Amino acid sequence: MKSFWKLTAAECKLYFRFPIAAFFTLALLPMILLLLGAIFGNDPSPTFGGAGFLDTAVPGFIALVIAISAVMSLPMALTTYRERGILRRYRATPVSPAAVLGAQLVTQFAMTALGMVFLILIGKGLFHLKFAGNIASVMAAFTLGCLSFFSIGMVLAGVFPNTRAGTIIGNVILQPMIYLCGVTFPKEVMSEGMQQAIRFNPLTHVVTLMQGMWRGDAWAQHQTEVMILGVLLVVFGLIAVRVFRWE
Amino acid sequence: MNYVIEIRNLRKTYAKTVAVEDLSLDVNEGEIFGMVGPNGAGKTTTIECLEGLRLPDSGEIRVLGLDPTRQERALRYAVGIQLQKSQLPDQLTVGEVLDLFSSFYPDPAPWPDLLARLGLAEKRNAWFAKLSGGQQQRVFIALALINRPRLVFLDELTTGLDPQARRSIWDLVREVRDGGCTVFLTTHFMDEAETLCDRVAVIDHGKIAALDTPAALVRGLGAESRVLFDTLNGSDVQALTGVDGVTRVERDGRRVIVYGRPSASGQPLIGGVVSWLSAQKVAYSDIRMEQPNLEDVFLQLTGRAMRD
Repeated sequence: MKSFWKLTAAECKLYFRFPIAAFFTLALLPMILLLLGAIFGNDPSPTFGGAGFLDTAVPGFIALVIAISAVMSLPMALTTYRERGILRRYRATPVSPAAVLGAQLVTQFAMTALGMVFLILIGKGLFHLKFAGNIASVMAAFTLGCLSFFSIGMVLAGVFPNTRAGTIIGNVILQPMIYLCGVTFPKEVMSEGMQQAIRFNPLTHVVTLMQGMWRGDAWAQHQTEVMILGVLLVVFGLIAVRVFRWE
Repeated sequence: MNYVIEIRNLRKTYAKTVAVEDLSLDVNEGEIFGMVGPNGAGKTTTIECLEGLRLPDSGEIRVLGLDPTRQERALRYAVGIQLQKSQLPDQLTVGEVLDLFSSFYPDPAPWPDLLARLGLAEKRNAWFAKLSGGQQQRVFIALALINRPRLVFLDELTTGLDPQARRSIWDLVREVRDGGCTVFLTTHFMDEAETLCDRVAVIDHGKIAALDTPAALVRGLGAESRVLFDTLNGSDVQALTGVDGVTRVERDGRRVIVYGRPSASGQPLIGGVVSWLSAQKVAYSDIRMEQPNLEDVFLQLTGRAMRD
């Protein structure tokens, strides 16, 4: 347990000392939120069912942070470690693989949560963000979203052949995910085919669940999302165990 | 148990390439044992089988009495490992790295002392990425020693280092051995094996070509020493063949090369040559003697020169 916490502390330090990952997870979306907030404000509008623009954008953006952490930060961190022989160096010690990977997952989870906090602070501080849900439910939805998406990230970590290819593959997966999840472009402006694609995008379900919990929906209204994310977690988790490589 | 490492009939193939073929050897407690040979000879494969990082196709291995394939975890607690190719996160400091790796072991050596011993005390707060190649290699030695191991594995420890850094690393390895720790190393530098190792296994194409102390390997070769010097054109030196131990004399302009062995009374070849030159009042300059070395042993055993 001691090695696990030491590893986690080291990973957290490294996260801030290597600012590129920190920029995408912690700074990019708050900056965009700031910009959009300045343009659209947060006045109640019938488009958002009486809520303001930010009241739906903030939980949606939290889902985007989860996707960025899961599809880019997490697999790229592990791919870099594998490529540079750092995983090999750990393998030559008695430290358990679970501690090495667990430290990486906990760090990514903590940083994603920090990204969420930044988004909420901007919304609350500058745009009178409204919150009608319950904190425990939002945290539960956030955790479920992270777990299922991190299992996808662990599969990618096993599949990425190297960091260069990983950057490309990661972006090819992440970009459409972000544009077709109903947060960046409203579903209503899209064609029938695009709306179909949105339904098959796993990120859409994180967005829907987060927005629902934010406005105070009951869990019973979101059984579909919970089920889909649960299945993703189990399926990708099992694949991840199979495809993971130390070198 | 008498041996720290026992290998019997080790074999490991990758696809169609035979990396290690029927290799057997024993390593004594407290010695620096070296495997020397060109790149691709099977040294790293062997050491990684001993470390439990690779699975042999067949053969028996015991390291400190443990089976590396079945008792991997127990082995990791007991031995120190420096890998040929590995890195650490660039943006961790030397102190943070050592503190982290200490936490993997139940009774680690106090790492600030270890850093001082390895000459890294003032680098404690420097990022790993900012260190020179020699300093990074010292950090890896520190990591290999952090669990107070009875046995350390050092794989191509000085590759890529400048001559000065290599020498100071050699001193460190000797200190480790003098502290009671057995050292098993691989190198493709013949001079490194010769100066550093108590015993050497010369490896070629996955097999042991010879195994002994460096001095015995060279002696067993029965090769001649050479004495080289410059003299004035015209001086007649052919009569040097009459000196005890001299087998033949070659001349190329001013340069004279005398081949031979120590005299019957044990005097080195150069002694007889110098006495003769003085007695005959032959003027000479730039005199030196070349001993046969491990490089010659390798050349003779394999019929080809070592390539880096």
